[in-house]
Amino acid sequence: MIISRPELPNWWKKDETLTIKLKYFAWVRERIGRGEESLTPPDDVTTIAELIAWLKTQGAEYEAAFAEADTIRAAIDMTHVEPSANIGANAEVAFFPPVTGG
Amino acid sequence: MSVRVQEDDFDLGAEVARLTAGKHQIGAIVTFTGTVRDTGGLKSMTLEHYPGMTETALEKIEAEALRRWPLAASLVIHRFGTLLPGDNIVGVVTASPHRRAAFEAAEFLMDYLKTEAPFWKREERPDGAGWVEHNQADTIAREKWAER
Repeated sequence: MIISRPELPNWWKKDETLTIKLKYFAWVRERIGRGEESLTPPDDVTTIAELIAWLKTQGAEYEAAFAEADTIRAAIDMTHVEPSANIGANAEVAFFPPVTGG
Repeated sequence: MSVRVQEDDFDLGAEVARLTAGKHQIGAIVTFTGTVRDTGGLKSMTLEHYPGMTETALEKIEAEALRRWPLAASLVIHRFGTLLPGDNIVGVVTASPHRRAAFEAAEFLMDYLKTEAPFWKREERPDGAGWVEHNQADTIAREKWAER
């Protein structure tokens, strides 16, 4: 028998901190100066676009990396996503330039 | 049916022999090899990738090829690390009873890999290094496979 878990009340959700594991590749990695880190953005950051906007306020290295935000691609948990995609708790988010393999 | 992401070189002849051994329903085998092209003064090329996502992305692309064409065997090998002009970068093998499926599937695998697999090329030249820019023609090549 499958019992569905009831939705958690909002006051409980608010207590959860959204820790994101970030990974950077190619020139995004070079401009930020590291390949990965864990960050806890404020509660109102829920999408990739919002995360980029917040990161750009976190230092010159992020400003440089995300200067051409339209060029940057993102993945959540190793799947390509659009800037409007929602980031879940404990997600792995990656930022990189358009791919050039093959 | 497999994908491999590796630093080492590969031998597609040996891979074809292994993939097709005993499979006598195969009538057509297509292989594609992509190599490091020297556009003038290239010393080396370094391929960076996203371990974990790379394998997942290639497996997804291969699964889609298998869904679209009746392949009896397939293989995608992609290298990473520092390579020299003329070195192998990527190898694709597709085998099918008839040639059209094998040709089309190999082209499809390459077109998708070029736009979906998380690899980035950095060219090292005597006067410095730079990241290769995405070629818009690759995105257009992939769009022709969109299902109508």
